[in-house]
Amino acid sequence: MEGDIVQMGAYIGAGLACMGMGGAAVGVGNVAGNFLAGALRNPSAAAGQTATLFIGIAFAEALGIFSFLVALLLMFAV
Amino acid sequence: MATETTNSDGLADVMGVQSHAPADAAPGMPQLDFTTFGNQIFWLVVALVAIYFILSRVALPRIGAVLAERQGTITNDIAAAEDLKVKATEAEAAYDKALIEARAEAQRIIAAAKADIQADLAKAIADADVEISAKTAESEKAINEIRASAMENVEVVAKDTAEAIVAALGSSADAKTISAAVDARMKG
Amino acid sequence: MVAEAKGEEAGGLVFHPMDQFIVEPFFGDGAVSWYTITNSTVWMAIAVLAVFALLVLGTSKRAIVPTRMQSVAELAYGFIYKMVEDICGKEGVKYFPYIMTLFMFIVFSNFLGLLPMAFTPTSHIAVTAVMAFAVFFGVTILGFVKNGASFLELFWVSSAPLALRPILALIEVISYFVRPVSHSIRLAGNMMAGHAVIKVFAGFAAIAAIAPLSVVAITAMYGLEVLVSFIQAYVFTILTCVYLKDALHPHH
Repeated sequence: MEGDIVQMGAYIGAGLACMGMGGAAVGVGNVAGNFLAGALRNPSAAAGQTATLFIGIAFAEALGIFSFLVALLLMFAV
Repeated sequence: MATETTNSDGLADVMGVQSHAPADAAPGMPQLDFTTFGNQIFWLVVALVAIYFILSRVALPRIGAVLAERQGTITNDIAAAEDLKVKATEAEAAYDKALIEARAEAQRIIAAAKADIQADLAKAIADADVEISAKTAESEKAINEIRASAMENVEVVAKDTAEAIVAALGSSADAKTISAAVDARMKG
Repeated sequence: MVAEAKGEEAGGLVFHPMDQFIVEPFFGDGAVSWYTITNSTVWMAIAVLAVFALLVLGTSKRAIVPTRMQSVAELAYGFIYKMVEDICGKEGVKYFPYIMTLFMFIVFSNFLGLLPMAFTPTSHIAVTAVMAFAVFFGVTILGFVKNGASFLELFWVSSAPLALRPILALIEVISYFVRPVSHSIRLAGNMMAGHAVIKVFAGFAAIAAIAPLSVVAITAMYGLEVLVSFIQAYVFTILTCVYLKDALHPHH
């Protein structure tokens, strides 16, 4: 009985943790969208900034992955 | 190190108990199964060292050399192309010069030929004129001769005819009078 | 129906999404000790062989006009070389073989892991953490060796107002020490997440009504994973370059 409650809490927590991935999605979209807006204003400078774009996307996405990891940990490891 | 292993064992135990008790198929996260870490780390290091030696001993120097060689080839080819371009320009200039000279030469030859032809033509015309005038003179002479001979004949025929007519009229006249009379008539 | 019943028995899914990450001995059964040849080992070895095939066998002709394999190898070389040179400057070129090693290993592990029935070594935190901590310690030691104590100026943002500097220094120090954690979890998490999601969709295929949808979803996820495999290798490499740049030029 007690284990079931713990498991229920873990599953609810996992579901809540997945909301973080939505934040990461917003963040990645923000980075890419702003890059595109800037690139369309000044296309000649865009080529030199693709590395920065990918770094930014990676940083934003890493946080989503962290929340996914928390969800997985709650599901399978706790 | 020791604390780490005890920790990992503890966590693995917890995982094992938690996951295997409710359902057989849920082994927890294999990523957190610390018993396999040593194995993975060891083989990872082996793999990375292998790749590092492959890259640093063989692959990277070779690719770098190939790229440098290609760069050199391209640079040489560009230089050669520049040379050839200069040569082509020179050749074009020489060709143009030759063309102009040839054109001038041709003009000169044409002019010379024209002059020659003109001279030949003039000479031929002059020759022809001379010949024509010679032939005309000859012809005139021939005509005059013919005319003279014709007059002579006319005189002879007139005298003969007059003699015959006089004889026919029944009178006789000597030749001298008749010819004198004919001459007188013909002159008149 | 049978499958469903079985699935329920097995805890909701026919395929457990995490089963694909289990490290087990490749030959026979038994415990995994440090020298055992496991499925992870085999796929690492295949990655090494693939790197060897591409970069050594592919370039064996040393052709001035490259063959297809050779141009791929040259492309990879030029890609990483330019990245190192652009980010770290001329001094960074010395460390190009190390960065190339990391990139080739990660990119081949990621791509080979996408083959059906394959194992992805980079989906394991143990593997990526070793690489990330190797980068972290290597870069930190290099920074102190090259710059001495002035390497610590990395944390002292001299362009900020004086009052803010201690706070910023604290933040910088924390972010510096979080680097290897995020560096490793980003790669492992991405690889694991994609494979797990594909497996979850594969589990839905047991139910006939949504099986076509599941196939479409798997196809789409697979396409995304191909992209992610490359981008994560690229990101790992470029972040390594950025960290290396911090060690070589710590002054802001």
